[in-house]
Amino acid sequence: MISFGNLARKPWIWSWMAAFLVWFATIMVTGGASTLGLSQAALTFAAFSIIVGIGQMFVITLGPGNIDLSVPATMTLAGTVALKLMNVENGMVVPGLLVAVLIGLAVGVGNYALIKALRIPPIIATLSMSFIVQSAAIWTNRGLRIKPPSVLADFTTSSTLGVPNVALVALGLSLIAWVLLEKSVYGRWISAIGQSMAAARMAGIPVDGARFVTYLLCAVLASVAGYLLACFSGGAALNMGAEYLLMSIAVVVIGGTAVAGGYSNVPGIWGASLFMFLVVSMLNTYGIGAGVRLIMTGLIIISVIMLAGGRRTGMR
Amino acid sequence: MAKDMKKAVIEVDGARVSFGAVKALDGVTLSVMPGECIGLVGHNGAGKSTLVNVINGGLTPQQGTVASDGERLDRYNITIARGRGMRCVFQELSLCPNLSIVENTRIMHHELGGFGWRAKAAKVIETSLDAVFPGHNIDSGQPVGDLSIAERQMVEIAMAFSDAGIAPRLVILDEPTSSLDASLARQMLDHVRRFVASGGSVIFISHILHEILETSDRIVVMKDGRVVAERPATEFDHQRLVEAMGSVAKEEAFQRSARELAAAPVVLRHQADGIPFTARQGEIIGLAGLAGHGQTELLLALHAVQSNAWWPRRDPLVTFVAGDRRLNGIFELWSILRNFSIASLADLSQGGVVRTAEEAERGADWKRRIEIRTQDVDNGILSLSGGNQQKVLFARALATRAPVILMDDPMRGVDVGTKQEVYEIIRQEAAKGRTFIWYSTEMDEVRLCDRVYVFRERVITAELVGDEVNEINIIAASFGGVAA
Amino acid sequence: MKLGLTSDAMRLVIPALSMTVLLAAVFWLQPRAMSYFGLNLLLNLAVPIALATIAQMLVMAVNDLDLSIGAFVSFVACVTATFLRDAPLVGTLILAGAVGIYALIGVVIYLRNLPSIVVTLGMSFVWAGLAVLMLPAPGGQAPDWVRWLMTVKPPLMPMAIVASIVIAIVAHLIVMRSSLGVLIRGVGGNQRSVERAGWSIIAARAAAYGLAGVFAVAAGIALVGLTTSADANIALRYTLLSIAGVILGGGEFTGGRVSPIGAVIGALTLTLAGSFLSFLRISPDWQIGAQGAILIIVLALRLVFNRVEKRRAQP
Repeated sequence: MISFGNLARKPWIWSWMAAFLVWFATIMVTGGASTLGLSQAALTFAAFSIIVGIGQMFVITLGPGNIDLSVPATMTLAGTVALKLMNVENGMVVPGLLVAVLIGLAVGVGNYALIKALRIPPIIATLSMSFIVQSAAIWTNRGLRIKPPSVLADFTTSSTLGVPNVALVALGLSLIAWVLLEKSVYGRWISAIGQSMAAARMAGIPVDGARFVTYLLCAVLASVAGYLLACFSGGAALNMGAEYLLMSIAVVVIGGTAVAGGYSNVPGIWGASLFMFLVVSMLNTYGIGAGVRLIMTGLIIISVIMLAGGRRTGMR
Repeated sequence: MAKDMKKAVIEVDGARVSFGAVKALDGVTLSVMPGECIGLVGHNGAGKSTLVNVINGGLTPQQGTVASDGERLDRYNITIARGRGMRCVFQELSLCPNLSIVENTRIMHHELGGFGWRAKAAKVIETSLDAVFPGHNIDSGQPVGDLSIAERQMVEIAMAFSDAGIAPRLVILDEPTSSLDASLARQMLDHVRRFVASGGSVIFISHILHEILETSDRIVVMKDGRVVAERPATEFDHQRLVEAMGSVAKEEAFQRSARELAAAPVVLRHQADGIPFTARQGEIIGLAGLAGHGQTELLLALHAVQSNAWWPRRDPLVTFVAGDRRLNGIFELWSILRNFSIASLADLSQGGVVRTAEEAERGADWKRRIEIRTQDVDNGILSLSGGNQQKVLFARALATRAPVILMDDPMRGVDVGTKQEVYEIIRQEAAKGRTFIWYSTEMDEVRLCDRVYVFRERVITAELVGDEVNEINIIAASFGGVAA
Repeated sequence: MKLGLTSDAMRLVIPALSMTVLLAAVFWLQPRAMSYFGLNLLLNLAVPIALATIAQMLVMAVNDLDLSIGAFVSFVACVTATFLRDAPLVGTLILAGAVGIYALIGVVIYLRNLPSIVVTLGMSFVWAGLAVLMLPAPGGQAPDWVRWLMTVKPPLMPMAIVASIVIAIVAHLIVMRSSLGVLIRGVGGNQRSVERAGWSIIAARAAAYGLAGVFAVAAGIALVGLTTSADANIALRYTLLSIAGVILGGGEFTGGRVSPIGAVIGALTLTLAGSFLSFLRISPDWQIGAQGAILIIVLALRLVFNRVEKRRAQP
């Protein structure tokens, strides 16, 4: 058994505690009647933030200034193009996924090409890229809303053994991410790069290769999330990725990843994603209006980061 | 003035400071009189830096008192210290790189406010630079980030001696010459003597013992948070100082055994302007010359040519030991073990996954071989003293299979004992056929090398082999036609 | 001086050149823009963006990033169009309080060692919520003096240019010439040594954030002066625009390396990029994409210029 003292030093424990508290507060109001429904909804909606958040987390690990702002546009483009290609045919599910992944790869290549070729901060590179990707999505979409193939629509909206399928997909991807981060040489590399790029280079780490793979990974995860989200919500919408820009950053940092880079963790993404969904649903349950709900959301984000962030050092 | 002469500028009495279980200062008493230069020596971790921090007001001792001019100061802090004319040059460079020299002067001198402060600040810093380093070529409008390391150090020293209303009375110099070449160091030491002669006080910390011996009036030796010896400088010599520090270092520099390496295979070549650079198997090659004349650039170029930024090399030819630990050496968030193993992960992994058991084993092995002083290699790297961090960087490089090791003046600010241990390891590894390319600013280290390239103005101007490697030849080559 | 130009001066040359190129392209496409009226039309939306960019730059000068500027400017716009018009005293107090909160946030971020990105992300929700409470639907009206200020026609040069120059000069004096500006940039460059020199980091950070708040308030007021009414989402895109503006203006993310004049030029460049597109008659589908492309082109120009300059610097 891990002692509590040991546990309390894990940066991700705070996001889990916060998520649990909000979950508890919500089911108290409803008298426990909605426990299962709330938990399933939380897992379903959190799954998308988790998939996107993991990609963003790898990028943020690379150090100050590394953030992928093209995430929402990539989600939208991948969802739109995949649904268009599949054209409601169940046989096209795999090609659709492949196309989504290809779009992710293309955006990732584009992002890193800009960062490298123009030597610009990733924020600006991915921002510029996102404009182009978003335009491509608008052009492909043309206001048409194509439904997903029925297999996919069913898969994304149903559960296996009470656990939503999308949450299971997120779990699988999280396990892969965890192995990459904690066990692999690549995980060491990106952590080293995040702490000091100069030192990483002199230690013989292939800095460009590692960074390139990271941006690829982030874009591919975003496109997979877009593919799933488009199927889940019954069609791709042009603004479907919008909320995931701030969300992906928020879950990474609330989850205990150092914004200054060099340290990150996967479990925190889960805690933070569940928390972010549960906050909104709790405030909805209390019947609170949009303005107050926004203010409360903001204050809670700040309180959580104050609880968790003050315990860490080495951040800027 | 006559009355002040009797009273100490600063008087620390029975100061105790602990960081957790570590006693950094264990009852230290020290007083500095006006017109006196105190040499402060000791191993890394002897408590010098902590004592400096107590004197400059950055740290309040848990026990003991601080007094100045015979007046006990119960509430003592950085601001009060500065108001009393205490100045400090720290071991690490501490200017703001984004600001110009003039703007840095403004930051350092509170009293420089109001309209026209730029002109005032420029005058203050230029006067001081001219006084300490006559003939310097530094424009005070330049951003500090555009300066070389030596120039930054010069600005830093001049800043401490500058007077913008509150005259400096006690200047603490913590390894001030570490980035300076011999002639700049000479200018600085001469200025210290002038400053002291005019009634100022200096606390001078250096590992270069002859600097301490010839510049100080009184030498204070620290060990394990205590003062273990305190005598006039005339009563010390090199050997006694080393003995007083408790170092096991041999007093004579290593005598090079005559090694015939001209027939050994060449492992590395580099052609730029000047004499071509070649490195043979098993050689220890020194890069000498005045500081900042292109030695580091050669090392970086050798490293860049041999490494690939996109794909890991299974059998790297070169590995690198950094001189500037904080900038391109250690990974601050990591444990000692991870810092050690990062360069040899290719050997410690299978299918991209790190074999942690093997990693720990190799870490424990090297901890023993190179005597890294820690309880546990899983402790954070920052828990180590600077010298031990440097040892970890050596272990990192030596543990790779790379046959060529590039060293970028890695002994900067490392204590004598650690140096001797590392020299021994370098000799052993070279005997096994490894090649060391070693940039050093210290003559004693250059003399350890089989072959030395001397740099001047970013070009290799001389190649010295065997018995040619001596101080006269190196200085002659460094200064070219100018009489040295 | 070996280079002839310090790295600070270099920071200014590059954005200035980018803007000139873009301006020339706009004039070439639409010569009528080369007039008092045309220039004002082309650039007046740049005034609030320039102010917001300066605000972002102040936060970036202390190595932080403000993701709440867009929401905050929207909030200020709502206050301006409601309270500041109907009850000037209350409105002024609210805005002063908001600036105070900005300063407070700077202090909290420092004291608790928090990541600025997340705290300001949280604050963006707070400001947006407050704005929604004030103006649930678009509405309100700009106070007359604000309207006058933004539509006044000074002789010789249109208001947009006069305002941009004034903003650049004021920000330059504060950030680059004053002791306070040196202190703020010093905190960004090497906080520890500034602290060791006996300065209060808390005060410096509070000043940086407080000043950012003041400039952001000015941005909100200026925006309402142009649009005459406000809504809670009016300036959300300013967050990304202001970051882009600072970078286009030669600023850097860390190390306190910023340039106020560059930031204003960056904001003008961004605004011009928008006008340039409509002059090219690009299909609305591709307008956003082309905007991204122009951003890339400008940055590429900057890279080329840097290279040339570097080659020239080396003898």
